[in-house]
Amino acid sequence: MTLAEQYVALSTIVRKEIKRYLRIWTQTLLPSAITMSLYFVIFGTLIGSRIGEMGGFTYMQFVVPGLIMMAIVTNSYSNVVSSFFGSKFNNSVEELLVSPTPNYIILLGYVIGGISRGMLVAVVVTIVSLFFTHLHIHSYFVVVVIVLMTSTLFALAGFINAVFANNFDDISIIPTFVLTPLIYLGGVFYSMELLPDFWAGVSRLNPLVYVVNAFRYGVLGVSDVSLPLAFGMIGLFTVLAFAYSMHLLNSGTRLRQ
Amino acid sequence: MIPALTIENLSKVYGDGFVALKGISLEVQQGDFFAMLGPNGAGKSTTIGIICSLVAKTAGKVSVFEVDIDKDFAAAKKYIGIVPQEFNFNQFEKALDIVINQAGYYGLPRELARERAEKYLKALGLWEKRDVPTRMLSGGMKRRLMIARALVHEPKLLILDEPTAGVDIEMRRSMWDFLKKINAQGTTIILTTHYLEEAEALCRHIAIINKGEIVEHSSIKDLLRRLQREVFILDCLEELPESVTISDFVARRVDSHTLEVEVEKGQYINQVFDELDRQGIHISSMRNRANRLEEMFVNLVEGAA
Ligand SMILES: Nc1ncnc2c1ncn2[C@@H]1O[C@H](COP(=O)(O)OP(=O)(O)O)[C@@H](O)[C@H]1O
Ligand SMILES: [Mg+2]
Repeated sequence: MTLAEQYVALSTIVRKEIKRYLRIWTQTLLPSAITMSLYFVIFGTLIGSRIGEMGGFTYMQFVVPGLIMMAIVTNSYSNVVSSFFGSKFNNSVEELLVSPTPNYIILLGYVIGGISRGMLVAVVVTIVSLFFTHLHIHSYFVVVVIVLMTSTLFALAGFINAVFANNFDDISIIPTFVLTPLIYLGGVFYSMELLPDFWAGVSRLNPLVYVVNAFRYGVLGVSDVSLPLAFGMIGLFTVLAFAYSMHLLNSGTRLRQ
Repeated sequence: MIPALTIENLSKVYGDGFVALKGISLEVQQGDFFAMLGPNGAGKSTTIGIICSLVAKTAGKVSVFEVDIDKDFAAAKKYIGIVPQEFNFNQFEKALDIVINQAGYYGLPRELARERAEKYLKALGLWEKRDVPTRMLSGGMKRRLMIARALVHEPKLLILDEPTAGVDIEMRRSMWDFLKKINAQGTTIILTTHYLEEAEALCRHIAIINKGEIVEHSSIKDLLRRLQREVFILDCLEELPESVTISDFVARRVDSHTLEVEVEKGQYINQVFDELDRQGIHISSMRNRANRLEEMFVNLVEGAA
């Protein structure tokens, strides 16, 4: 395919992906807005006032970046996992497989779809958060780069999950038993400083720690881990996930018989 | 003229060890209307799956308009339009979106994609249903939608896997007419079926596939002629001369006392006897040889039922 044709194919996939989650917005966009509002009310306003300061900020200010990141992670992941698994399930993935669209365009199309939903929900959640606190952005550059990298990473992870999934249970197991615990233990609600040394060390194996802290740095200007290390780790995970996804597509794993 | 499709020694062993194709070879000429006939489980869908990349081949070579799929699969795919046996579109999407998106996957700019989608949805009588979620369409409409989707990039080779399965007779006729028209306009068509009647009505050439092997590869005319021919084995009293000829008939000397004669539809066996009588050859007994093709068809029909 020529570059122009590849661009057409890419924008077709992205458009289709966006249309899909907008069509079922009550399942895709609304839940995050509601859940996050509850978090803001409960942790920020009700309990937060009793907690006092965390990392030098009011508790509300401290949790908002983590919660926004949580929305980005879960939405970019679940968009790709449900959409790609769905197209495997109803065999419409064959529409792409029989076409001359190269594999990296297919992957990119789904990933951009996931990123766009992650970002859209992030915007919604951010707007909701403004009812509870005022948000001052420390570094727009860090915020934008981290949001892009993180949503890319988790969109890819969702893709890998979808390739291996055989049924609808398989696409909820990983989010429930792996992703959610990692998010909760990733420092969304607390600073690593509160942990004993041993658990703080263990936490450094959790990719979400880097994601949450780098984003918190972008918003508040504070982080439990060094920024270059955070970028490096997220970048590394993203490259690995991309390479593995491409390998799965090129070998036709679970896609071609 | 280059062939539209060339398959050489193609074999397929599925993951569970099942041998679905045992090294088949066939060639389809450009402009042809070609039937792959065979009972369920013969390997038709497997063959088609390999041609359009949904199934990975185990060994062999496939070329589409002389483009080897191992060398430039993307180029080969552009030549092909595929209508699979099972519905494989998102039933929550609308027909129009499905066809336009498919055009996009072939790199057709949006405007052109819209024009083409309109053209083919109209041609297949689906334009009125373009905005209905496809799960609401009837089985026949869904199948026609897949034809429109396969044609949107105007492929030179259209492959249909059992397109008329589960389609009522009236709809089947109009689908046949449509395919004949497309073929007359220059599109090479390959379809699989397990009805000889369908192959007869549409196709010029045919391959019969059974248990992963091609058992016949010829023109429909030739096949039908051979189907209607009977072969008789005659035991003779006298020793036969080295060569026996019976005018109007194909005769073969099997051994010193046995003769084989082919009788086509419309010929009379009496004529054979008269002729042999004149040559001083007397028949002591006669039986007809099992018609391999006919037996095969009986099996095919039983297999399909
Ligand atoms: N994924 C698969 N794994 C194992 N065997 C398969 C698979 N797909 C098809 N087969 C077997 O291969 C044979 C040929 O199947 P298929 O090509 O679908 O036949 P046809 O289309 O002629 O009915 C059948 O016996 C079928 O059971
Ligand atoms: Mg089949």
